[in-house]
Amino acid sequence: MTARMTLRDREYEVRSGMTVRDALRQVGLQPEAVLATRQGELLTDDEILREGDEIRLVAVISGGANGVFDEVP
Amino acid sequence: MKCRKCGGKAAINMRQHKLSLCREHYLEWLPEQTQRFIEKYRMFSPQARLLVAVSGGKDSLGLWDVLSRLGYQADGLYIGLGIDGGLAYSSESQRLAERFAAGRGLRLTVVDVAALEGATIPEAAARTQRGKDKPCSVCGLTKRHVMNRAALDGGYDVLVTGHNLDDEAAVLLGNTLTWATGYRARQGPVLEATHPGLVRKAKPFCRFYERETAAYALLRGIEYIYDECPHAVGAKSIYYKEVLNQMEAERPGLKLSFYLSFLEAKERGLIAAQSDPAAAGLHPCTTCGQPTSAPGQCAYCRTWERVRSQAVRTLEGGQPV
Repeated sequence: MTARMTLRDREYEVRSGMTVRDALRQVGLQPEAVLATRQGELLTDDEILREGDEIRLVAVISGGANGVFDEVP
Repeated sequence: MKCRKCGGKAAINMRQHKLSLCREHYLEWLPEQTQRFIEKYRMFSPQARLLVAVSGGKDSLGLWDVLSRLGYQADGLYIGLGIDGGLAYSSESQRLAERFAAGRGLRLTVVDVAALEGATIPEAAARTQRGKDKPCSVCGLTKRHVMNRAALDGGYDVLVTGHNLDDEAAVLLGNTLTWATGYRARQGPVLEATHPGLVRKAKPFCRFYERETAAYALLRGIEYIYDECPHAVGAKSIYYKEVLNQMEAERPGLKLSFYLSFLEAKERGLIAAQSDPAAAGLHPCTTCGQPTSAPGQCAYCRTWERVRSQAVRTLEGGQPV
C-alpha cells in the first residue's frame, strides 16, 4: 500500500491513503517548496495518494544573487 | 479541493489568499493580478518599451509570457554566464530562452559574458577576491551592469525582472538581520532611475509566491530549466527562503505580510531614504560612464580589469589560462 514520490534524483516511498502535504512532511520536505504532479496533472496538497501512485515533485526554490539588483552599479 | 470560480477540480491552493483555482481559472487569475500590480505600483504604461531579463527559469519566462499576453511591447535579454557545473547549465538555459522566444515570435538579445569581457563568470570568480569560493557576487555584479547597459543602449523605458515574493522576502530578511538599511531603502516593486545612466526597474511578479510562478509555468506548458544554478547550493538566499517557508507552513500568509508591511512602512516614511547609497551622490565611472557611488571606477570595471590582469599574469608566467 505505497506510493512513490520523486524529486530530481531522489525517491521517497510513502504510505498511500495520506495527503500530499502529510507525505511531504513525513519525508522531511517543505510543502511550500515543491509542487506535486501525477501524470502531468498538478495536485493540491490535500490530494489523497493512491496505491501505486508515481508522484513527480517539482522544486520551486531558486537562489543566487537576487538582492544585488536593488543596489546601485 | 474545488475551484472557487467554477467548482471544478482545483490545480492550486493558495493558503495565504484562501483561494483554490482550477487550471483554466488560475491561468486567467495570474495575468490579471500581474496587471493589477503593474497599475498599483505604477510600474509602466501600456506604451512603454520593456526589456525583460530572462534566465531560462520559471519566473522570467513566465513573466515574459504574461507581459506578452497582456499586450506589452516586451523584448528579452539573456546573459550567457558560461556556467557549466556538470549540467551544461548556461547552454541549456540559453537554449530554453531561445526556444521560448522563437516559438512566440518574440525578440531576444543574447549577451555572452566571455565574448564581452574575455572570461566566463566561474573563471572571473576564480581570479578575483570577489567570490573565490562562490561566483554569485561577481555574477550578480555583472548581470546588473550588463542589464542596465543593454536597456539604455536599446532605448528601453523599463528593465523588468522576474523577482517573486520569496526572492523579495529573502532579501528583506537578510537585509534586516544585518541592518543593511541602505539596501532596504532601495528595495521595492519599482526602482526609480534616480540618476542619468540608470534605467528604471520593475518587478511585476513581486507579490506572487515562488510556487505560484512555478505553477503558472507548469500549467501554461512553458519549458524552463528545472535545475538550480550549481553555484546556488548553500546560498544564503536559499537558507532564508527555507526559514521563511518553515514559518509560512505554520502561519499561511506570513511571507506576504512580511513584505507588504515593509512596503507600507516605506510608504509611511519609516525607512530612511537618506540611508540609500544612491542618494549619497553618484558620479560617472571613469571607465564605462555608468553611475557609481564608488570613487573613480565602478565595481564592475574594477573587477573585470582585475580579471583580465590576472589572465595576462598567468600567460606571462607560461601557464595556460
